[in-house]
Amino acid sequence: MSSVLVLALTGAGLILLGLHALIVKVHLLRKILALNIISSGIFLLLAGLAARTPGGEPDPVPQAMVLTGIVVAVAATALALALLLALRSATGRTRLDDDNGQ
Amino acid sequence: MLPSGAVWTAALVFTPLLAALACFLAPRAANWIGLLAAGLTTLAAATMVPTLMTDGPLRIAVGGWGAPLGIDLYADGLSAVLLLMTAVVGLGVSAFAPAYFGAHPQQRPWFWPLWLILWAALNGLYLSADLFNLYVMLELLGLSAAALTALSGGGPALNAAMRYLLVSLLGSAAYLLGVALLYHAHATVDIALLGARIEPGMLANAALAVMFAGLMLKTALFPFHFWLPPAHAGAPAPVSALLSALVIKGSFYLLLRLWLDLFGDLSRLLPELIGLLGAVAVLWGALQALQQQRLKLMIAYSTVAQIGYLFLAFPLAGGLNGTTAWRAVVYLALAHGLAKAAMFLSAGALLRFAHHDRIADLDRAVHRLPLTLTAFVLAGVSIMGLPPSGGFVGKWLLLEAAFQQDRWGLAVVVLLGGVLAAAYVFKVVGYAFTPTAIAQEAESVPLSMQWSALLLALGAILLGFAAPLLLPLLDVGAPFEPIVGMPS
Repeated sequence: MSSVLVLALTGAGLILLGLHALIVKVHLLRKILALNIISSGIFLLLAGLAARTPGGEPDPVPQAMVLTGIVVAVAATALALALLLALRSATGRTRLDDDNGQ
Repeated sequence: MLPSGAVWTAALVFTPLLAALACFLAPRAANWIGLLAAGLTTLAAATMVPTLMTDGPLRIAVGGWGAPLGIDLYADGLSAVLLLMTAVVGLGVSAFAPAYFGAHPQQRPWFWPLWLILWAALNGLYLSADLFNLYVMLELLGLSAAALTALSGGGPALNAAMRYLLVSLLGSAAYLLGVALLYHAHATVDIALLGARIEPGMLANAALAVMFAGLMLKTALFPFHFWLPPAHAGAPAPVSALLSALVIKGSFYLLLRLWLDLFGDLSRLLPELIGLLGAVAVLWGALQALQQQRLKLMIAYSTVAQIGYLFLAFPLAGGLNGTTAWRAVVYLALAHGLAKAAMFLSAGALLRFAHHDRIADLDRAVHRLPLTLTAFVLAGVSIMGLPPSGGFVGKWLLLEAAFQQDRWGLAVVVLLGGVLAAAYVFKVVGYAFTPTAIAQEAESVPLSMQWSALLLALGAILLGFAAPLLLPLLDVGAPFEPIVGMPS
C-alpha cells in the first residue's frame, strides 16, 4: 500500500470515528473532542494527499492550509470549552438539554 | 496605487474588523465606534454600486499577489446585492443596539466587537474568490454567531449556543473536507480556475456531497433546522435579527456560488431532492410557526419556512428560463433579510414594553406601541409576499419560472406558504388588538428601537419598487450564467 493511501484511509477513519462519537456520546466534552478528531482527520487528508505524484516533491500549499486550520480549530475549541464551563455553572449540566427552548 | 474601487472593497472587510478591535479596547466608546463603523461600511457598500455598473465585476489581488498563490477578492452583482442588504440590516441593528443594551449594560461590551467581527466575516465571505478563504470566513462567521447567541448568559441561551456551535463546526468541517478533495484533484482553490478544471467523476461527486451536506446543515434547511429555533429565539433581539437576517444568508450564498460555478452540471437528481426539502421546509416551518405561543419562537420558525423558499430555485434552474428562478430566490433572500430583521427588532421592542413575548397576552399593543406594530405588519406583508413588497417581487419571479416549466407542485407550495404566513402574522396582529382580562404594566420603549425596526420594514416594502434598479445590478458579471470554458 502506498503511503498516500495509508494517510488517506487513516484520515477517513478518524473522520468516521469522530462523527460516530459526536452523534452517540452525550457528554459535551466528548462531543468537543470528537469534533477535534474530525478536524485532525481532515488535516491528515489535506496534508497526506499533498504528495500528488509518487516520489515527487509534496505540494506546500496544503501544509499552509492545515496550519491555518489548526489555528481555527484551537479558537473553536477554546470557545466551545468556555461555553461548556458557562453552561455548567449556569445549569449544573454537562450535556445538551433536548427541549426546544419553550 | 490602487484604484478607488479596490480601496472601498477592501474597506468593506477592514472597517468592521478594525472597529471590532477598537470597540474591544475602548468599551465605553463602543456605541459611537460601532455606529461610525456601520456608517462607513454602508458607505463602502454603496460606493461599489456605480463602479460595478460601469466597469463590470471587480477582481482585486490583495497585496499584489495574484491567484493561485495570493488571495483574490471578487465582487459581481450577486456579491454586491448581498453586501448592500447586509449593510442596510447592519445599520438598522446598529441603530437599535445602543438603546437595547442600555438596559443590558453587562452585554454591551461583548456585543459590539462580536457583531463587527461577524460583519467583517460576512463581507469577506461575499467577496472571497477562493474556497479556502471562504472556509476561514465561514468559521469566523460561525464562531462569532455562536458567541453572540450566548450573550444573554442564561441556561437556555447557553444550551442553544452550544448546540449551534457544534452544528456550525461540523458543517464547516464537512465543507473543508470537500475543499481537501477538490484540491487533491485539481491543485487549486480558486473558484474560477476550479470551475474550468472540474470534471464529473467520483471525487467531484464526493466533494459535492460533503460540501452541500455541511452547508445545508449551517443554512438550517429542513430536516437540518433543529438547532435554529432555540438559537434564534433565545438570543437577545438584535442578535436574533442578525442571525436570522444575515448569518443564514452567508452559508446560502456559498451553496449558491458552489452550485453556479462548480457543481451545477454534476447531478440531475440532487436539485430535485433539494427542491423537495425546500418545499417541505416551507410548509413545515409555517405550520410550526402557527402553533407557537411565543413571538420570538414564531418568528424563528418563520425563518425555517422562508429558508425553504430559497431552495425552490434548484429544481427550476436547469429548465427554461432558469436564471429567473435564481433572480427570484436572491430577491427573496434580500426581502427576507430586511423583513425578518424588522420582525425580530419589533419583537425586541415588544419584549421591552411588556417584559414577555406571549402572543396571547399582547394586550392592545397596537394602541400602546403603534410604531412597532406597524413595523411588524409591514415586515409581515413582505414575508407573506403581498404587493408591493420585496417578498412579492421574489415570489412573483419564482412563480413565473415555475409556470413556464409547468411545475405546478412548486407553484402551489409557493402560494400555500404565503397563505400560512398570512395566518401566523394575522394571529399576532389579532392578539395585539385584543385587551387581556388583567391590564398589564408596561415600560416605555426608546424611539430609536421603534424607528430602526420601522425603517427596516419600510425597506422591505420599498424593495418591491427597487426591482428595476436591483435586477440590472444583480446581473453584473452574469453570476447565473455558466463560466466560459466549463465542460458541458
